[in-house]
Amino acid sequence: MDVLGKYSYWVAIIVMMIGFYVVIDRGNLLKKLVGLNIFQTAVFMLYISSGKVAGGTAPILYDGDAPFSNPLPHVLILTAIVVGVATLALGLALVVRIKEAYGTVEEDEIQAIENREEDAA
Amino acid sequence: MLLVLLVVTALTIVRVRSILAVVMLGGIYSFLMASVFLVLDAVDVAFTEAAVGAGITTVLGLVALSLTVDREKIPSHNALLPLAVVVVTGAVLLFATQDMPNLGDPNAAPHQHVAPRYIEETPRAIGIPNIVTAVLADYRSFDTLGEVAVIFTAGIGVMLLLGRRRKRKPEDSE
Repeated sequence: MDVLGKYSYWVAIIVMMIGFYVVIDRGNLLKKLVGLNIFQTAVFMLYISSGKVAGGTAPILYDGDAPFSNPLPHVLILTAIVVGVATLALGLALVVRIKEAYGTVEEDEIQAIENREEDAA
Repeated sequence: MLLVLLVVTALTIVRVRSILAVVMLGGIYSFLMASVFLVLDAVDVAFTEAAVGAGITTVLGLVALSLTVDREKIPSHNALLPLAVVVVTGAVLLFATQDMPNLGDPNAAPHQHVAPRYIEETPRAIGIPNIVTAVLADYRSFDTLGEVAVIFTAGIGVMLLLGRRRKRKPEDSE
């Protein structure tokens, strides 16, 4: 138990780093946003893990006497999920506009077009 | 087992080059994450994640995909530097978990101070059984109002970004 007592945090951090890798390594803007989404959900998982009480139940009142898991991280993350989807929608709208303006969603190609325009100017 | 599936799905998202597959795998990933939340007793978060993460996010991704291109190009830069940054950051974070309480430890600090007060007072002060709803809609209703403002702002942003296009199109075609 002591060695593996924090496995949920570890998995959350591993998944978080996978998302981070997608964000910084991949050039495709859509894939970057999916990576950002993975990163975000991993952070949610970290918070929810810290709210878990062993042998506890969901924080809904009932007649039994099992302890409740901590409801406060749940409230925080509920808000964060909804705000997350709003920012994702905004990000996707920006990607669609970039595609219209540059004809590509690859970071390298956008950079090349920018450089060419600067040279021409 | 669920956690293994989660990591495997995330790794597949890194490997796959087709953005359509990435978006669909993102839906699967969100659904697995919702199951993890369910196991961790966060039922409200689980169904929000299943509806918003696996549902709306996937639909938004598909809409954006239909307006852009499907294939991802192989990045031309060196792959080692990002990998090194990720490994170092991950190692530091894993090191930091040493100071965190064990999973499910009922004596951990977060379960000792503020949370018991909410759990004790909710039945008397609010009178609805779901504590998460009570905190979200009553104790912290101004936070929720702020959240609505954020969504409203994001909605306006999307409308401005995509609405301008329609006005511009006639000018472009001239």
